[in-house]
Parts: sequence; C-alpha cells; structure tokens
Amino acid sequence: MDSHTLAAQTAETPHLELGHPPFLRHHFENVAQQREAATFGMWLFLLTEIMFFGGLFCAYLIFRNWYYPAFVAGSHSLHIWAGTLNTTLLIISSFTMAMAVHAAETRNRKPLLRWMILTIILGCGFLCVKAYEWHDEWVEHHVPGLNFSPVGFEHGTKAYPDDKLAPDMAEKTQVYFSLYFAMTGMHALHMIIGISLLIFLLIRARGGAYTAGHIAPIENFGLYWHFVDIVWIFLFPLLYLISRHQ
Amino acid sequence: MSTIVSLPDQSTARLPKVSYLNKEYGLKSWLLTGDHKRIAMLYLISITFFFFIGGAMAALIRMELLTPPSDLLAADTYNKVFTAHGLIMVFFFLVPSVPATIGNFLIPIMVGAKDLAFPKINLLSWYLYIAAGTLMICVLTFGGVDTGWTFTTPLSTHYLNTNVVSAGLAVFIAGFSSIFTGLNFIVTIHRMRAPGMTWFRLPLFVWSHYAASILMVLGTPVLAITLVLVVLERTIGIGVFDPTKGGDPLLFQHLFWFYSHPAVYIMILPGMGVISEVISTFSRKRVFGYTAVAFSSVAIAVFGFFVWAHHMFIMGISNYSALVFSLLTMLVAVPSAIKIFNWSATLYKGSITFETPMLYAFGFLGLFTIGGLTGVFLGTLGMDIHLTETYFIVAHFHFVMVGGMLMAFLAGVHFWWPKMTGRMYPESVSKLAAVITFVGFVLTFFPQFVLGYLGMPRRYAAYPPEFQVLNVFSSAGATVLGVGYLLPMLYLTWSLKYGKIAGPNPWQATGLEWQIQSPPLTENFEETPIVTHEAYDYEWLESRKGSEVPTVG
Repeated sequence: MDSHTLAAQTAETPHLELGHPPFLRHHFENVAQQREAATFGMWLFLLTEIMFFGGLFCAYLIFRNWYYPAFVAGSHSLHIWAGTLNTTLLIISSFTMAMAVHAAETRNRKPLLRWMILTIILGCGFLCVKAYEWHDEWVEHHVPGLNFSPVGFEHGTKAYPDDKLAPDMAEKTQVYFSLYFAMTGMHALHMIIGISLLIFLLIRARGGAYTAGHIAPIENFGLYWHFVDIVWIFLFPLLYLISRHQ
Repeated sequence: MSTIVSLPDQSTARLPKVSYLNKEYGLKSWLLTGDHKRIAMLYLISITFFFFIGGAMAALIRMELLTPPSDLLAADTYNKVFTAHGLIMVFFFLVPSVPATIGNFLIPIMVGAKDLAFPKINLLSWYLYIAAGTLMICVLTFGGVDTGWTFTTPLSTHYLNTNVVSAGLAVFIAGFSSIFTGLNFIVTIHRMRAPGMTWFRLPLFVWSHYAASILMVLGTPVLAITLVLVVLERTIGIGVFDPTKGGDPLLFQHLFWFYSHPAVYIMILPGMGVISEVISTFSRKRVFGYTAVAFSSVAIAVFGFFVWAHHMFIMGISNYSALVFSLLTMLVAVPSAIKIFNWSATLYKGSITFETPMLYAFGFLGLFTIGGLTGVFLGTLGMDIHLTETYFIVAHFHFVMVGGMLMAFLAGVHFWWPKMTGRMYPESVSKLAAVITFVGFVLTFFPQFVLGYLGMPRRYAAYPPEFQVLNVFSSAGATVLGVGYLLPMLYLTWSLKYGKIAGPNPWQATGLEWQIQSPPLTENFEETPIVTHEAYDYEWLESRKGSEVPTVG
C-alpha cells in the first residue's frame, strides 16, 4: 500500500466510525464508544497496577528510612552498568512500541510487525541482563532466605571501602535485598507477561488484524508497556543509585 | 394488609417466548456466555454453594461453643474451622455477593446498556472466582489452614505448617476476579449510559456500586502484593515482615488492613444500594435527599481508605496515629448516618407496604444501625482497648455483615427474583422466612455483645463455664438462623417452576429494568431507551401507563 492511498484511508476514518465494521462488538453503539471504553478500562487497570507496586514502594520508603546505611551498601553492590544498560533498553523499547502504535494508526502492516519484533527483542534483552544480575547476586550470597551472608558488608568493598557496616546493620541488608528481589521480580514478571502478549498480538497482526482501523488492542497494550517501563524508571534510581557519589 | 403487587391474570399469562434464559440451550451456551445476566446467574449459583459451605463451618463453630471445654473439636481443628468460615464468607461470599450477582444482572440494564463494557472479562472474572474457590476447597480438604482469615505474620510465615501458601494463592486469584468486576462496572457506568441517563438520574443502586467498584479497583491490588510478600517470605524466606531479618510485622498489618478495611465497604455499599431501591419502591416515594445519599456512598468509599489503622490500636502503633485514626473512624459514621436518616425520611409519609423485600430492608435498617453504632464504640480508643479481640468485635461485624449485608442480599434477591426468572416467589412463606431470619439473627449475635463486654475472647475453642448460658442462646439462635437461610433456597427453587407469572413490573417500580419484559431479552432492550425522567419518579410511571417507553431506532 503506498502512502497516498494510506492518507486517503486515514482521512476516511470518521465515516468508518459511524458504520458497522466487523470488530465492533454488538453491545456498543459505535466504534468511538468501544474505543473509549477500552482505553478507559486500560487506564483503570494501570491504576490497579500502581496500587500493586505502591505496596512495595511504601515498604521501600519505610525501610530505607530506617536502615539507610544498609540500603547504601546494598545499592553499591549492584552493577551500575547493568542497570543503566537495562534502563536504556527499556526506554528504546518504549520508543519502538510507540512507533508500533503509530504504524497501526497509519495502517502500515509491515512496519507494525517490524516495530513489534524490535520491542520483543529489546524486552528479552532486558530480561537477559536481569537474569545475569540475579545470577551474580546468587554467586555473591545476596539472596535472602536462600543463601544470604551479610559478612561481605562488614568489611567494605574495593570500590566503596567506606561501606563497613556494624554486624547488626549488615544483617539489615537482607531487607534491602528482599525488596530488591521482590520489586525487580514483580517487574520482570510484568515484562514476561508483556512479551507473551506482544507475541500473541504479533501473530494476529501478521494477518492484518490491527491495520484496518481496529487499533485499540495495540494502543492499549502500548499503554501497558509504557507503564512497565515507567515502573523501571522509578526502580532504577531507588535501587541502583543510592548515594553513588561517595 | 394492603399491597402494591399487581400480577397479570394467571389464567392467560405466559412467560415471554424469547428471553436470555431460553435464547440458547446447553451447558456450553452457559459456560461460554458473554451475557451479563447469565454470568450473574452462574455467580448466584456459585456464591450460594460457598455460602452453605461457610455456613456449615459456622454451624460447627456454634456446636463446639455449646459447651465450655473444647470437646467436639480439638483446638487445632477449631482454628481451621473458624479460618475456613472467615475466608469463605469474606472472599467467596460477601465480597462478590451483591455486586457479582444482582449488580452484574442490573447495572447494564439500569444505565440502559446492552451489556457490561467487557463481557469476556466479566466471564473471566467468574472463571477466576471458580478457580480460586476450587483451590480453596482443596486447601480445606487437604489439611486446612489455621491463620485466621487475616494471614497474620509472623504466625502465617513462621509458626504454622498448614496450607498457608495455597490459601494465600486462592485469595490472590479471587482478588483479581473482584478487580475485574469493579473495573467493568466503572467503565460501564462512565461510558455506556443511555441517552438522557445523566449521573443524577442514575438509580442509587448504581451509585453505590460505583463507590464499591472504586474500592475494589484501588484496594484489592494492595492485598495482592501483600499476599505475594507473605508467600515469598514463607517459601524462600525474604525478610520484609520478619523482625529477625530487620523486617516489620506491623507493616504487614498496615498493608493488609489498607485493603481489608475498605473491603468491608466493598461488602456493605452494594447492599445499601439494594436498600435504597427497595425502600423507595415500597413506600412509593422518591428517596429523600437523593444527592446526599449518592454522595454519601462516594464519601464512604473515600473515608474508608483512611481508617484502616483502627484495626491496630493494640498492635503498637503510635498514640498520635491512633488518635488520628480514631477521629477519622468517627467520620465514616457521618455518611452512614446520612443514609439511615434519609431512608427513614423516605418512609415518612410514604405509602408503605410490607412485601418480603421490604421486611428484609427493615431488618437491615435496625441491624445495620446497631452494627454501625457499635463500630463507633470500637473506634473510640479507650473502649477498643477493652473490647478488641473479644466477642464484642465478632458481634459488631456480624451485625454489619450478616445483619446488614446478608439481609440486603436477600432483600435484593427477592425484589429482583421476578425480573431474573419471570416468576414470583411464594409470598407468605417468604415473609415467614424474613421474620425467622431476623429473630434467629438477633438471638445468635446479640448475646455475643454481652459476652464480649464481659471479656470472652474470640478465636478460642474453650471458655470459662460462666459464659455458657449466653453461648447456648447464641447457638440456639444459629439453628433458627439456619432455618431462615434454608427456606429461601427451597422456595426460590420451587418457584422456578411453580411460581406465579410475574409480568414485567409486579412492584409498579420506576427503574428501567422494570420497563422491559421479565426475564429480559439477551440484549435487554428492543431499542435503546431515551431517559427523560429522574430516578424514582412515580408520577412519570403513572403518566406513562399504557404508553410505550420512548426509544431511538
């Protein structure tokens, strides 16, 4: 489809919204109502997600206040390059997702598929880096409950020799790592769900399901993807960047 | 006694040829349905099933408490039984009771829509409920769980070897079912109202469901993350709530009650919606102070989020925060009282008739008022320290949840039974059941106020002999209450085949749902209605008798 017919079709959209296209469900009056309802529903769902992560952020706030030195030491033990790389990957993936939505809006099937595949690859890349970090923390005995050892935090590290914690404060690094694993774990779970949904959408998009005016699924999935991205934008400074200037 | 019931001539009356019940046949047409009315029916059957399991647990508890020593049940078993009673009644009966059944059935019709905004998510919500319920039944069958319904840490994470993880998972899944119901309602009420159906023309039933949905959507996810943390703490041993690792059990209480206090408003608000409809219909008057009642629902939802720590006065929160939360707790009494006063004012000079739903509504008014006022006692710091963890608490929340919500649920089921099934329930036996329920309820739970005041602690299988007389009263009352609940189940089932044909509007009520055939068509309305009148406008109803509802093609 060349760009001229494309522009013509986009201009025709208002007419389409009054008709009865096949994707209009029987209980809606028109396409506009269906689309508004779907978007509104997605925003509400994201609100529930904010409350879900909110519980974790609340716990983080309290414990960081109580055990600040332990949180600093715990944060210093993370790989800042990995966190930065992951942040970059996710921001780029948000861009590719936005481009996918744009491709759906302008009814370009091939670019839609390309941007979606790119988003999937970036998401998987994020998970690989995360898995590498988790493995590293396992090796370092930083997993609370399974193999935790606070000993390392009593002596300081090469990069941060000042991180010498008293034994009882060193114990508290467990709280930091508990929250670290709970937060990044829940975030990664959302990424996995997101990638699975994206693969499902990709299969349907191949048949042209979202390039004939019915873009709500792509648009709303985009909202979800950006949300998961934004959660990471908060997690990165809270977990990786505590007092890095020391 | 006068009545407003007007049924069609039974010798000629027939059920409508096509309705949502007979549009399609077969199990598959039910299990894969997108129709909100069919899903409501699926929910109605499922929650009734869980209600009777929870009720059986209550029967065991009351039998054990007939005698002072722990003789019928061992202490461990008793712990499992009251936990099962709490979990099932809270998460599998009370939370979905009115919203998922009556609300599901009526919200789209009341706003003038063909269905909820997301029919598939509505069906998914029922499947999640069933999955969670099945898991919960397995938990109870294979060893049970004895944390109490509150999953209190560190008891749940460190000291018990029962099925805490799977029970937590069941509640987690049930939570999503509730989130999806709430989300569906909010979107439907915002986006699917018929032309002319402005916010202030909505029946108060819709307003109260809107408020409850806000609580479901904002509160339930916090419970979900709390349960995730409990499960992670129990399985791999992370340290968010574990004091030996630096965590804080009080944080668990804060997070848990941040959901579980609003949850009691999730349970009661839809019931209040039912009462508004019933009282208006059977006193033939517009609900007094419509706007105040509508906004009081929203106020309850908002205040409900800022009172959770009144469950924690004795758990070591600071005196200052206890003081603030005590004050905020008193504030919730204001919108609740606004409702009670406005309902009373609606009755004033109304043409009151005493149909069965109205009897249940009167039961609600009295019992909820007692339950609500004792809540103010408990919100008072000094009183709470004396009364908390005693039977006073048990009596208080049963007055609200059972005396309030269950009465409202039964009022609603009777009120809309003719709409749901097209047939009337038998009038005199249902009135008898309403009276039996009321008497049984008061006999069961009123003695518990006294027991609690005298200091009998809750959650123990044994008690000192001097408490026996009141406990025997309570157990005797529970038997009466059991009869009161069995009766509706029997005669409502009977009425499915033998009940009188109800016709579209047996109560002469004004809601949109009464202007269509009973049982309704799958798409509810033949044509989209145009709303030109306020809710509860009985003059409009008089004037349109014999004429058609205005519609758009």
